[in-house]
Amino acid sequence: MADEIEFPGAATGRSALSRRILNHLHANPTIIPLFVLVIGLIIFSFVVGERFFHPFNLSLVLQQVTIIGTVALAQTLIILTAGIDLSVGAIMILSSVAMGKLAVTLGYPPEIALLLGIGVGGLCGWFNGIFVTYIRLPPFIVTLGTWSVFSAMVQYFSNGETIAQRDIEAGAEFLQWSGEAMKFGAARVTTGSIMMLMLAGFLWYMLNRTAFGRHIYAVGGDQEAARLSGINTKRVLMSVYLIAGLICGFAGWLMIGRIGAVSPLGGEMTNLDSITAVVIGGTSLFGGRGSIIGTLIGALIVGFFRNGLALAGLDVLWQEFTVGLLIITAVSFDQWLRRISN
Amino acid sequence: MTHIKRWLGHSVSVAAIAIGCTAASAQDGSVLVGLITKTDTNPFFVKMREGAAEKADELGVNFQAFAGKYDGDNDTQVTAVENLISAGAKGILMVASDTKAIVPTIQKARDAGILVIALDTPLDPFNAADATFATDNFEAGRLIGAWAKATMGDGAANAKIAFLDAHESQPTVDVLRDQGFMEGFGIDIMNPDRRGDETDERIVGHFMAGGSEVGGREGMETLLQKDFDLNVVYTINEPTAAGAWEALKAAGKDDGSVLITSVDGGCPGVRNVADGVIGATSMQFPLRMAAFGVEAVAQFAKDGTMPEVTEGLEFFDTGVTLVTDNPVEGIESITSTEALELCWG
Amino acid sequence: MAQEDIELMSVSVDRTKPPLLSARNLHKSYGRVVAMNGADFDLYEGEILAVIGDNGAGKSSMIGALAGAVRPDSGKIVFDGKEVHFASPMEAREQGIETVFQGLALAPALTIVDNLFLGREYRQPGLRGTIFRALDRRRMRAEASKHLSDLGLATIQNIDQVVETLSGGQRQGVAVARACAFGSRVVILDEPTAALGVKESRKVLELIRDVRARGISIVLISHNMPLVFELADRVHVHRLGRRIAQVRPSDITMSDAVAIMTGAMEPPPDAAA
Repeated sequence: MADEIEFPGAATGRSALSRRILNHLHANPTIIPLFVLVIGLIIFSFVVGERFFHPFNLSLVLQQVTIIGTVALAQTLIILTAGIDLSVGAIMILSSVAMGKLAVTLGYPPEIALLLGIGVGGLCGWFNGIFVTYIRLPPFIVTLGTWSVFSAMVQYFSNGETIAQRDIEAGAEFLQWSGEAMKFGAARVTTGSIMMLMLAGFLWYMLNRTAFGRHIYAVGGDQEAARLSGINTKRVLMSVYLIAGLICGFAGWLMIGRIGAVSPLGGEMTNLDSITAVVIGGTSLFGGRGSIIGTLIGALIVGFFRNGLALAGLDVLWQEFTVGLLIITAVSFDQWLRRISN
Repeated sequence: MTHIKRWLGHSVSVAAIAIGCTAASAQDGSVLVGLITKTDTNPFFVKMREGAAEKADELGVNFQAFAGKYDGDNDTQVTAVENLISAGAKGILMVASDTKAIVPTIQKARDAGILVIALDTPLDPFNAADATFATDNFEAGRLIGAWAKATMGDGAANAKIAFLDAHESQPTVDVLRDQGFMEGFGIDIMNPDRRGDETDERIVGHFMAGGSEVGGREGMETLLQKDFDLNVVYTINEPTAAGAWEALKAAGKDDGSVLITSVDGGCPGVRNVADGVIGATSMQFPLRMAAFGVEAVAQFAKDGTMPEVTEGLEFFDTGVTLVTDNPVEGIESITSTEALELCWG
Repeated sequence: MAQEDIELMSVSVDRTKPPLLSARNLHKSYGRVVAMNGADFDLYEGEILAVIGDNGAGKSSMIGALAGAVRPDSGKIVFDGKEVHFASPMEAREQGIETVFQGLALAPALTIVDNLFLGREYRQPGLRGTIFRALDRRRMRAEASKHLSDLGLATIQNIDQVVETLSGGQRQGVAVARACAFGSRVVILDEPTAALGVKESRKVLELIRDVRARGISIVLISHNMPLVFELADRVHVHRLGRRIAQVRPSDITMSDAVAIMTGAMEPPPDAAA
């Protein structure tokens, strides 16, 4: 046998302890957002008082982050591949309009309308994927374009008209099912929130326990390296955009449940809000690093901070201000982690 | 390691700022009034907020403002309503972005015993809110229509009128102002809920200008192509009027031969009245709207009194005043100088 | 170095047998740029062949063709007596030709285990593997540990460590371990010591000898002349898109090799390709 070959640690002379901490942060990037969430909860419990920790309020925040959370799950997959999707909100609205239009206006059974609506989301994602993967355009540009295209489709199909709650209740009540709340004492947990958590569990499994998931990370970390490792990077990218589209379509359904109506307005900032949750959750905008759990925590951080600051009587502009600071902090941390590891 | 510490230090100081801020707005009073506007950038809503805050201060109630991030941002408005429910608000003043989609959420607030007042824009259905405080938009249109007719005198019989409206989907405000103008000018409006079914030959055409300068200019250009001799222009709001003026200037018709009328009472619009760009505009009062709203909530919190509606209308009319420097007999108006004291934005 | 290794290394390469991997008359151009202009190549079983050449001489294209990353316009490649046409690095790999690319082709944010098995993960047996596509993580970890210690890389203690936290030499170690982990017969190393310090280069050199000791033939592309002259059995000199000489390090000085490579000197008649 050869001599024991001993590779020295990186020649920077960093102490073993800081190296261990660094490794931990690399392996568990969710520690930081989790920490921020806990600190936030503690602070708000002091500032706001019992109203904040009231089960009704806690479950309310969960409801409020359900849609952004779901879209952020899709956004996480895309960002893990070093991409970005600006069209997520438009896909979501387009899907919900398709569901409402099919079920209410055209009289399809709501279950079929739901499936077709999610299919519309998948189609949009597929469309994005084709341009990113095969025509090799930057995802930012592609989805900047499709954002407009899908928004225009929304206006075309909806004529800018909202489908009111009473019309949905009159025959397509199933579309509102995701808004139904289960009572646990004062808490109200909607089926939509539970479905979001289940979806997150599924995606976590996919990313961490299947080869496909590992390949998503590899493609995002270094696409050329992944290709040379024998990964079919095109198929991975296509699948990611397709799955993201389907998830956004699903979010369209949750949207109907949440507001009780189908509104062609809205969704304009969903892309940025979802990116916010992803970034605060510790996923790197440069791809290859991040996690589903982090994104959930990121969405919860935004939700709890907005809610807490509102309950504390702070003006909406301070809510924006705080979320902005959180983003910058999260990205600085990611950058710092990258820099010291190179 | 030191980085982490420093970073921790930052987040703690942010938290400290947060605590410091909230200490200022302590929740001593028991009555909380929330105002939710479409955005917080439009001067109309800024003025509303100002009016509400002043009134809340005066009456000793707590006031908190929320806003969507853009016009049409239903989701943020939903979240704001929910947070106000959770915060135990007594009343919500609401300028809805999506008047239909917000209804189920408003219902939740009302179920929680909160008084909900729609400001400026009625909800759909109208009775989804406990009350509506708004400008009488039909009256606003009627005033400028009547002013234009009186100003032209005999010429009104042969007038050629261009209509620069907002949107194809015929939003209520859009239709009310348009039809009010026609009524005031003496045009048979046929179905008052519908715009465009009129047969009066004095109408050159309608253009959907979207309420913006760009749309106003494009609309004016298009309608000038249709009939270069037009001499009266109705505009849905003052930015549209400003855009129309640019087009008229480019066409060499800025010699006073065309009367421009508008609605709003924003300060740039009032200045345009002073400059002779706009002949007359109907001023609305966002500050008053919000102040009345806060008053109504305070009253409701005290003894459960519900707000009343103006006689003959199904909502509470917060008033509208004609602004012109060429007053005509029989129509009460104020000058642009007076209006500059009252305008918003 | 242990005794058996030295013996293995001293086994002389049998060049009477046909080469294990060879190429004839490869051509490739990108637009007007000619990357390969009738390039030949021969690698015999059990040898370390160094490929040297100036920047832009077309080494990378030739190596790419052998590794399946580049498709030649014409010419033929013979591996183990059979003509082959690789459409991707994966196909070359399936036949037993592994390449450690200069960028290392590692996924920076994944762990050592994940990287060793990237693109050829094991799935769990039964339904958990087929329906739920679950990875057999235990088996992969066990095999990863074994491969690393086989190559004397056991000091990389934590195989769940993220690759980007490793030093350059350690990363090279992981990449090499991956290249020889799956029953490969040829390992192509592209600039394995680029960006490494003297000490770490030394480690890599020993690692290469260990790999060869396991009976794997090695193609070494390098600008590091001392490394080439210390390790290689033969040196393939590439110039202007083709092989212009094959020499033994013992027969030629380093400066002459560089002179041939840059065109300052004609190759010796017996060495001309």
